[in-house]
Amino acid sequence: MAQYYAPKNFNFWYFFGSLALLVLVNQFVTGILLTMNYKPDAKLAFDSVEYIMRDVNWGWLVRYMHSTGASAFFIVVYLHMFRGLLYGSFKQPRELIWIFGMLLFVALMAEAFMGYLLPWGQMSYWGAQVIISLFSAIPVIGDELSLWVRGDYVVSDATLNRFFAFHVISVPLVLVLLVFLHIVALHEVGSNNPDGIEIKKNKDANGIPLDGIPFHPYYTVKDIVGVGVFMLFFATVIFYMPEMGGYFLEHANFIPADPMKTPEHIAPVWYFTPFYAILRAIPDKFAGVIGMGGAIVVMFLLPWLDRSEVKSIRYRGGIYKKALLLFVISFLGLGYLGTQPATPAATTVARIFTAIYFGFFLLMPLYTRWEKSKPLPTRLTDQPSLEDRIPALIETYHEITLVKQVTKEDGTTVLKRRPNPAGILNVITRLAKKLKKSLD
Amino acid sequence: MNNEGVDKSKRQFLTTALTVVGAVGTGYLAVPFLAQMQPSVKAMAAGAPVEVDISKMEPGQLLRVEWRGKPVWILNRTPEVLETLKTLDNELRDPLSQESIQPASSKNPARSIKPEIFVAVGLCTHLGCSPTFRPEIAPNDLGDKWKGGFFCPCHGSWFDLAGRVYRGVPAPTNLEIPPYRYITDTLIIIGEETTTGASA
Repeated sequence: MAQYYAPKNFNFWYFFGSLALLVLVNQFVTGILLTMNYKPDAKLAFDSVEYIMRDVNWGWLVRYMHSTGASAFFIVVYLHMFRGLLYGSFKQPRELIWIFGMLLFVALMAEAFMGYLLPWGQMSYWGAQVIISLFSAIPVIGDELSLWVRGDYVVSDATLNRFFAFHVISVPLVLVLLVFLHIVALHEVGSNNPDGIEIKKNKDANGIPLDGIPFHPYYTVKDIVGVGVFMLFFATVIFYMPEMGGYFLEHANFIPADPMKTPEHIAPVWYFTPFYAILRAIPDKFAGVIGMGGAIVVMFLLPWLDRSEVKSIRYRGGIYKKALLLFVISFLGLGYLGTQPATPAATTVARIFTAIYFGFFLLMPLYTRWEKSKPLPTRLTDQPSLEDRIPALIETYHEITLVKQVTKEDGTTVLKRRPNPAGILNVITRLAKKLKKSLD
Repeated sequence: MNNEGVDKSKRQFLTTALTVVGAVGTGYLAVPFLAQMQPSVKAMAAGAPVEVDISKMEPGQLLRVEWRGKPVWILNRTPEVLETLKTLDNELRDPLSQESIQPASSKNPARSIKPEIFVAVGLCTHLGCSPTFRPEIAPNDLGDKWKGGFFCPCHGSWFDLAGRVYRGVPAPTNLEIPPYRYITDTLIIIGEETTTGASA
């Protein structure tokens, strides 16, 4: 790793790659421990999870690390992918890295989906029922295919047992292989950076990029700071809110699976909800499945949809910035709607967001070609560090507060800082103008 | 000793032959591996018919029984419900059940052998959730158009009390009606249409 030269201007967005690896290791270790007490049998599965939670020494911790780890994995991976959208990391010459990354994302979704069946709660059962039924929408072979996946006419013991095998053996092997390929492909072309210019174009006499620094020790040490901050959040969730109000572990999943009764409100775990909302928004079974699959497939095509000459959002024109903002809003909006019941109003909004989602990708060849990008620097640029920004922050603090004389109960007067409405308004308008300017 | 040039055509032939043999072998091995995941003989055998006594059912009552691991509903429909069903045709996707799955004895507007007793597999034809029984008319959450029926909480599909799907919802067809017959006036057997044995 000391031989791998990475650009010197990585910002915090570049933590999420190494964090994804950390969470993967966490899932492997806790997963292996869980299999020691878990029973993949429809009659025993639910109770064995409760047994892990109550009677196995530290079983609750291992289980919560695994279940929270699943959600953390998706948070980290979504941010990692968003980083790619910001700085054009998917663009030529890094198409292959993006493809392997997308395959990893798909494998991760399969892994998470099959893992969620294992506790054999109500949400496990009906979630699996719905997702496996997606296959039945495929013409001609659909019904046979979903029967083959289930191994029975309904989700049953056979399904649970094979999902256990996939979750514990097959998909993890695929994940490890893809992570390896993802990193090999990265090391072949080198990392992108927030400026989106190739550091290999400027090399010194020894062939070392002028703007590169060895990954070890510089970024290994930097990533450890990222790991520390991540651990802070991760531990807070594990110890204080492992169910995350029903988003990480859904309430209905604390009821054993009942094939006779669907819970009143069923929703997938939060990381699937954007795609689930797309499925639900389309009022046709087959088209809905196509829409949901298409939402993922279209991401694979990103390197070829983007026609812009520059990679980084810093030098793109305003259209891409606005499009990306709309895309983020629609993705988060779909994610929220996917957790909510399907009322007519919610369905209408979901349809609008679905249109924006696909618009972002499918119109990309047009708007990225139209827009005028800004001139690229030849070398990496310096961004002001946090230390440089402190004086400006202190000034802003003075602007939004006023020093006032306050009489205390005992009659003495003291000077106290109070919010200054006029100053706050000033700062907000300045921020809004800056925001608007940054979108051009 | 043969020191002459390589016989390319011989090499090509051997490569092709080996590829073909290898592909056939892989194909043969794939069959048991893939077929292994099909439902086992035991799973296929576990489809015995279920008898249900409906003598104690009140009008408007819904009974749930398990057949082949699936929920099956038996609903005792009131005369008012049967009247309402006749008025809904324009809002339904398949009012005459042309494209839906049901035994011939239930292929009629009320989708049942006896009009008042409705039997159906309680799984949405969209993605297999079990819809909720909502017999009330125009409840707050479903709006004025709701005339009583089954509402799928997963993806918002609407079915009337004959299991017929409304237009503009994700479910493609009406609820499936299982094969069933009356042994006596108050005893139904689900999973069997004729006295001689099961049929689908």
